[in-house]
Amino acid sequence: MTPGQRRWLFLVGVAGLVAFLGWGIAGLPAFGSYPGPYGPAITARVVQQTNATGVVSAINFEYRGFDTVGEEFILVAAVAGMSVVLRRLRGERADAARDDPSDLDPSATDPSGGRRRVPVTSGAVRMAALALTGPTVLAGWWLATHAQTSPSGGFQGGVLLATAFFLVYLSGEFIAFRRLSPVDVVDAAEAIGAGGFAAVGVAALPLGLPYLDNYLPLGSPGSPGAVTSSGTIAVISLLVGVAVAAAFIQLIGEFLEQTLLIQRRPPARGH
Amino acid sequence: MTTGALEALQVVVLLLVGGAATLVVAVPGRVRPVLALSFYGLLLAVLFLVVQAPDVTLSELVVGAVALPLILLLTIAKVRDPAPAPGAAAPGPPDQAPPDQAPPGAGQPGAGQPGQPPGAGGDGGQG
Amino acid sequence: MACFPFAVAAWILACGLYGLVTSRDLIRTIICLIVVQSSTYVMLVAVGYVTGGIAPYFSDVAGHPKTVDPVVQALALTDVVVEAAVTALLASFAIQAHKRFGTLDPHDLAEFKG
Repeated sequence: MTPGQRRWLFLVGVAGLVAFLGWGIAGLPAFGSYPGPYGPAITARVVQQTNATGVVSAINFEYRGFDTVGEEFILVAAVAGMSVVLRRLRGERADAARDDPSDLDPSATDPSGGRRRVPVTSGAVRMAALALTGPTVLAGWWLATHAQTSPSGGFQGGVLLATAFFLVYLSGEFIAFRRLSPVDVVDAAEAIGAGGFAAVGVAALPLGLPYLDNYLPLGSPGSPGAVTSSGTIAVISLLVGVAVAAAFIQLIGEFLEQTLLIQRRPPARGH
Repeated sequence: MTTGALEALQVVVLLLVGGAATLVVAVPGRVRPVLALSFYGLLLAVLFLVVQAPDVTLSELVVGAVALPLILLLTIAKVRDPAPAPGAAAPGPPDQAPPDQAPPGAGQPGAGQPGQPPGAGGDGGQG
Repeated sequence: MACFPFAVAAWILACGLYGLVTSRDLIRTIICLIVVQSSTYVMLVAVGYVTGGIAPYFSDVAGHPKTVDPVVQALALTDVVVEAAVTALLASFAIQAHKRFGTLDPHDLAEFKG
């Protein structure tokens, strides 16, 4: 089938799909008149039941916590799969992670076969990345620990924490990034985060409560949304933040290693 | 903000989002759609903000502007072919044209490297 | 305005599908997949919108004013982050395909068996 025929077949198919979509959309309530019932039911009860003012995080880690455990493990599985797929194959070798100063070449335009000619990172990029690393860590940590208060949560905070590590790579060399996040430590952190989430849920069982019940003290009812309030929501959010940060650091670390270090072994006759 | 003004803002941002999605798909090459995707992620974050969803805004911002373009650019850097032998080929044109048109006779199994020499700008990145 | 956001979500889906089908490069396929996924976020968040509702956070407002639906926001939130990890997995497949077969063209890759 030629590409042209493929294109026409696709257009016919998507016309049918759009017709179906249009019919479905026509049956939806108008934009802005969502009838509920779960939204209003939850917002009416959330502050009394969980002492949290961040309703979305309360839903993620309390009302809908079971689904979030599943999504957390999707993340873990994706990272594990990626680590397996990007393993070093036979016929590849890994360069040393530290650049030889003679490799740095401000006028480099193309790499050679064995040695890499690496253009020097501009000073502006390094300074900006260095200056932003500290605030990024702070912001990520704040996001991960304030899930119950305001728009924040473990997922966003985790990715922002991982961003701080990428900034370290930008402002320095790959080896600085690797030293700050050795593979074993990051693996362990991800395991602690994801397993900790499941363990917090399982720990409710010996207390005679259902899995993932909120059994920690909820804090004083007069100050909803304080950092120490809302029981397991705060703890779970922190663990999720750690797990997500570790997952993303692993992801990018693997990609960086593949791109920068692992080269095809030169052919036997030599260069 | 009055409801009418908010609605108008929502309509404008929705139109921009639709336009940005078309842009991402229409732009040729490899690196340019990634940049368009980053811009699209930013616009999506603005959309989620004006539809009163700040948590989703934060998520989309950090993922769409940081993580996804980074992953895609690293992949592109990895699959850009290295120069075949030292001193042989001059640096090729910046990577825009080839991957979207049918390369003639590229159906042979994998021994050769059918790509071009990498574009200007240094391939090993920073190390 | 009654169904405009849903129409935009459908348009984004159609754009992404078109790019997916006519792509000659695995990386472009991945990018179009991202666009398709983002159409579902737009749809989800638009479904939950309530006119005149505020964001579902009570840390700075008193009482129980009308809020937009928080459940769909929770769905979209975790979805966005997990999408990035799955995209990374797909990108690693693309790298592996390039290493083994030397090409990223899906039409050529389809000819290799086993």
